Amino acid sequence: MSTSMLSAPFTRSELQIQSIMLTVVLALAPGTAWGVFIFGWPALFIFIVTVASAIAFEAACLMLAGKRVDATLLDGSALLSGWLIALTLPPWAPWWIGVVGAFIGIVVGKQVFGGLGQNLFNPAMLARVALLVSFPVEMTVWANPISPFSSAAPGLLDSIAITFGGLTPADGSTGATMLGWVKTEFSQGRLLDQSLATGDYGFYKSLLGWTGGSLGETSALFYLVGGVWLLKKQIITWQIPFSMLATVALLASVFTLLDGERYPGPLFHLTSGALMLGAFFIATDYVTSPNSPVGQMIFGAGCGLLVYVIRTWGSYPEGVAFAVLLMNSLTPVIDHYVRPRIYGRNRKGKPLELPEGRE
Amino acid sequence: MALFDIHALWDGKLFDVQSLLPGKPFEFKGLIKGNQSKIRGGVHPEPRKEATADRPIDTGFPLPPMLYLALWQHVGKPADPVVKVGDKVLKGQLLAVSQGLVSAPIHAPTSGIVADIMDYPSAHPSALPTPTLLLEPDGEDRWMELPEKIDPFSLSPEEISLRVGAAGVVGLGGAAFPSAVKLNLGRRTKIQTLLINGGECEPYLTCDDRLMRERARVIVDGILIMLHGLGAQKAIVGIEDNKLEAYTTMRMAADELSEGKVEIALVPSFYPMGWDKQLIGYLTGKEVPADGRATDVGVLMHNVGTAYAVQQAIRHGKPLISRIVTVSGGAVGSARNIEAPIGTPLASLLAHCDYRPEDTARYVMGGPMMGESLPHPNVPLVKGTCGILALTQEEVSASNAKSCIRCSRCVTACPVGLQPLEMVARIRAGQLEQSLKFGLKDCISCGSCSYVCPSEIPLVHYFKYANGELLTRDQANHKAEQTKKLAEEKLARLERQKQEAAAAAAARKAAAKKPKITEQAA
Repeated sequence: MSTSMLSAPFTRSELQIQSIMLTVVLALAPGTAWGVFIFGWPALFIFIVTVASAIAFEAACLMLAGKRVDATLLDGSALLSGWLIALTLPPWAPWWIGVVGAFIGIVVGKQVFGGLGQNLFNPAMLARVALLVSFPVEMTVWANPISPFSSAAPGLLDSIAITFGGLTPADGSTGATMLGWVKTEFSQGRLLDQSLATGDYGFYKSLLGWTGGSLGETSALFYLVGGVWLLKKQIITWQIPFSMLATVALLASVFTLLDGERYPGPLFHLTSGALMLGAFFIATDYVTSPNSPVGQMIFGAGCGLLVYVIRTWGSYPEGVAFAVLLMNSLTPVIDHYVRPRIYGRNRKGKPLELPEGRE
Repeated sequence: MALFDIHALWDGKLFDVQSLLPGKPFEFKGLIKGNQSKIRGGVHPEPRKEATADRPIDTGFPLPPMLYLALWQHVGKPADPVVKVGDKVLKGQLLAVSQGLVSAPIHAPTSGIVADIMDYPSAHPSALPTPTLLLEPDGEDRWMELPEKIDPFSLSPEEISLRVGAAGVVGLGGAAFPSAVKLNLGRRTKIQTLLINGGECEPYLTCDDRLMRERARVIVDGILIMLHGLGAQKAIVGIEDNKLEAYTTMRMAADELSEGKVEIALVPSFYPMGWDKQLIGYLTGKEVPADGRATDVGVLMHNVGTAYAVQQAIRHGKPLISRIVTVSGGAVGSARNIEAPIGTPLASLLAHCDYRPEDTARYVMGGPMMGESLPHPNVPLVKGTCGILALTQEEVSASNAKSCIRCSRCVTACPVGLQPLEMVARIRAGQLEQSLKFGLKDCISCGSCSYVCPSEIPLVHYFKYANGELLTRDQANHKAEQTKKLAEEKLARLERQKQEAAAAAAARKAAAKKPKITEQAA
């Protein structure tokens, strides 16, 4: 439906969907590369499998719906969704986890609602949560980071076996994530400084991402840099990341001051788990977040609150996916109640009062 | 100045590197002191003004063989011709008088013969023919007898409005609202501040910029005359900070002539800075209520071109018969501003500037953000035409609308504070009434949302469609109601007539009986 415009404006900004999606992918690339770097060949395999199946599912849905396949695929949204799903998977997950994840994200999470722009929930987070609930064992095998040139790293054949052959990783090559470790240790009565010491925690390690976790969640630093770059490119706005991170940091500060032996501090929270990835790349998803700046602040703060609550008192060690999904369901409500004030009107939409002495 | 400002992240200007660079005109930056917080939304389209901004106004445009004077080229009622076909008229002579309270007269842009009064394609996207007076120039360009020069400040304010109205001056910024009506309104409501719009935020257009650079003293004189006509003491001219030469020239003229009554203010350049309410908010901090007018908050706004026309009308007795128009676009070989008589075919202006019809993908009257597309350039120049653009295929963005991804760029860009994406979602679903609840009627059609949309959705087009559709429905409803009312009235009238007839019959009967009774009684 390409027509020359008959009504103004006759000029248009250069930015298009495709370039937005590709910029986001580019911003994700360093963090993703880091994940592949520390988790080896299996991480690359599961990543490729997930992205390829996401694109395949998108194409299949478009064909079924009788929509134009090439033009829609080229907009890059399936690539980005698949990419994000892959980042949330355990790096040594079997291949079918990636395929099922892509199916849930693309088909159930997006196309069933009517395709791009129509979905209520973030497809990647929906996929992650559905997988986590359905396949808790496969979804909680966390490979430890290994230097790719060390002898401990799985070779190419072993890696193929891990991803495609159902090979159980060797003992000692997997462990808990830091958030999980602190939680289980605490449940056994061990205090924070103890569990951090036994878990071999280090702030800089956590910041850089030399720790167990999902394929692409470990490096807070790379996602922070990528996120700030997206802000500079005006792809995302500051409200959601800022309010989400600030809420977590604030709550963590308050509770660590109240009981430092039980509650980790803000730096621990900010650099652990998927928070940085979530704040800059997932909660900021256009489709599923509110559209007014104030609404976005509320949304971000809600995500931050839920992340902290689930991490601290919930039964799962990490809560970014649940937090984002719960807040996604509130987006229509936020958008209904929080709207920008219209010029010349008050917040309720009534015209402003005339100044004194005028009629 | 903070090096790091979290709010700057919003603009993507993380570090204010520019302020650290030497050679930046600090003195001008320091002059921007408006109400930044009152500015909402806006976009930064490519200015594309360089083709015309530095070229002087071309005053040597040859008279075309025929001038086409549309009788309806202003807001209000069309003008009524007072000359006949075949009449010989002089330059400046009245051709058509204004009708009603809101209207404007038309004068002869040159001397010549009234060739015809007929329907001719109008300067409108439809180019539908409207009543037009054809004037064939005789080449002499002979003025009618002009009144002696007078001191405008010896006239009464009412007389100023009268003369502005008689000279056919309308808003030259594009709205073409009769200026005298506005002056009267401002005087009646005792406005405090006259604002002069020198924003010119539309890309390509430079007619106001050039006018300010070349004829600043005349403009300032015109502003002083308007102040006198309004009985106001203070005028502020808002000029975008990308027109520093115009600012400097105007500043010098104001310092010299106005005794402090006319202030020249720099305003930030973005689109739509020239929206009157944006400028009012920035310069005065005031906000016009949704159901009110600018005069409700004590201000009135005119365009710089209008101030110029007012000066010409009052000081020299010259009616509005020409204007400065920007001729530009990628298909125009030698783009420039031209001072052209009203009624000139736009095609002649383009031809004068060496345009290439074969490269022209679209003719736009006005600027590319809010202007109107013309099917062909064989329509006349009207008083409200700021520019005629011949745009190439590369300049005209093709529209290939894709799905809305709810990126909210339209919400950020909207200067009114609307949520265009929500309105479009309702309109596409056919829920036009719902879109009203999101402020459809408050939309100013500035086009900022369509401009930024990464999915290329023609949002403004939807809003115009919905407004038109709602208007049609309202009219249909109104008609149905009227018909119903008339039908009910007819029924009631028939019923009443029946009753009256019955009553009359009963009365006659009674009257016929009565004598009997009296007889009996007698």
